[in-house]
Amino acid sequence: MGTVRVFWLFFRVGVMNELQYRMNFVVQLLQSAITLGVALAVLALVYSHTDDLNGWSQSELLCVFGIQILMGGVIKAYIQPNMTRVIGEVRDGKLDYALTKPEDAQVLASVREVRIWQVVDVISGAVVLGFGLSGIVADLALLDAAAFAVALVLGAVMIYCFWLVIATGAFWIVNMWHAIELFDGVYLTGRFPVGIYPGWLRYSVTFLVPIAFAVTVPAEAVTSRLEWQTLVIAALFATVLFVGTRWFWRFGLKRYSGASA
Amino acid sequence: MTSVAAPVPADAPQGLELPEAGRLRSTVDFYLTTMRLAVQEQFQYRTANYFYMFGMVAEPVIYLVVWTTIAEQQGGSVQGLTVGYFAAYYIVWTLVRNMNIVFGAPFWEHRIREGELSGALLRPLHPLHFDVAFFAGWKVVVIVLWIPLAIGLSLVFDPVLDPRPLEIAVFFVAIWGAYLLRTMFQSTLGMLCFWTTRGAAIFDLWMTLELLLSGRLVPLPLMPDWVVTVSWFLPFQWAFFFPIEALVGDFTDAELARGLAFQLLWILIGLALFKLAWRFAIRRFSSVGN
Repeated sequence: MGTVRVFWLFFRVGVMNELQYRMNFVVQLLQSAITLGVALAVLALVYSHTDDLNGWSQSELLCVFGIQILMGGVIKAYIQPNMTRVIGEVRDGKLDYALTKPEDAQVLASVREVRIWQVVDVISGAVVLGFGLSGIVADLALLDAAAFAVALVLGAVMIYCFWLVIATGAFWIVNMWHAIELFDGVYLTGRFPVGIYPGWLRYSVTFLVPIAFAVTVPAEAVTSRLEWQTLVIAALFATVLFVGTRWFWRFGLKRYSGASA
Repeated sequence: MTSVAAPVPADAPQGLELPEAGRLRSTVDFYLTTMRLAVQEQFQYRTANYFYMFGMVAEPVIYLVVWTTIAEQQGGSVQGLTVGYFAAYYIVWTLVRNMNIVFGAPFWEHRIREGELSGALLRPLHPLHFDVAFFAGWKVVVIVLWIPLAIGLSLVFDPVLDPRPLEIAVFFVAIWGAYLLRTMFQSTLGMLCFWTTRGAAIFDLWMTLELLLSGRLVPLPLMPDWVVTVSWFLPFQWAFFFPIEALVGDFTDAELARGLAFQLLWILIGLALFKLAWRFAIRRFSSVGN
């Protein structure tokens, strides 16, 4: 219960803080429009040379793009800002302020920042997904929609866990800044269904950086190609990751001695 | 009354201009020293540099896999470009992309906001010299660190690469041309930061044009004809497609020479634009920070 309350409190403060900077909304609109434009240009280019990419039609790939943009918005609104803040604070010694509060340190470290304008990406991703779905002949079954929602949440949890590992890594390696570039680069792989990648890369972006679970699996759900086993694996993997990263975070914390004092 | 000129002591320094005789030498010395410092500094951060490079490699690998998939579906080539060509194109891409990383426009915002520019202005040399020299030194580190990466990618993707000696020579000149070209245009764009702290969207727009018109996304021949036509009037392809294609494709000698000439032309245009923009921008500057 406490977790939800803390989350809600920080969320409200964060949103109020961000709403002061309305110009950021305009900038974000432009940037989202650019992201969208590039995605559509890539799609048009690919399908000007073929009708089918490894079994995915243009409309189906549009769904993948939409989910990738949507999930990217979630990551940039919530996960990434919190985790990069932890990385920065480990270096500056400011993490002590969070650790001395009478609340679970992991919860605090994960909810303090929110970039509400990134919601524009979430919405534009959803719109793209909608357009993609409208191009697919078969109707979206209720079961598929439910599987999509579950897969999306599981995917976000897994991405969060991945980022927490990176942030915890800052307890050992102080210079983790490039992790952001690394993640942004690797996240681009989500633009395409992981099936097209060679084996080593497919496994890397599934289990090492869980982008396949975050984007391809939800996309499989809405295009009616998801097998229930995949969803079970996703749920199991998310649980293992969540427990594992929580342990890793605590392990890292024990090692942390503060830098400010 | 006769006019009285101010008495000039015999041992006074001859004006405040820099002694022209030693100017070139000290500039060269500045470049070499700054480059050496950059090399020493960046070799300490090998892990960070590799993180950065790995993140960057994801992008061409994605393009490569997509176009390889399409080529294989169509019997081994797209518009005459083979799977081996795509592999070579996108592996060389990684080096050219690395050469394309310069003191970019967004960093000007940081430089102004944090008050670093005030210090830089006190130096007798334009800050652009420092940017060019420091990043050039960094490039040396990048090229060395890139080699294992290129070997790894080559083992995975089987590139077909069969350059003539002249093409190799032109390539090594062209990657530095690309570096200078992009430095000039990014710096010019950076001058916007003297007017606004919200240049991000404009920089993104510029990067997008670059992505589509430079050959970064796909080899230019795969683009629709009108895009190729437009790209001829813009600087982008000379910093990306040309260096890659010089090594990977089969340009004639004349085309190679023309490419280098275009690079030079756009570097000079970029420099002129920068100087013009700088004149207006620096007037607006009032120190921020300390």
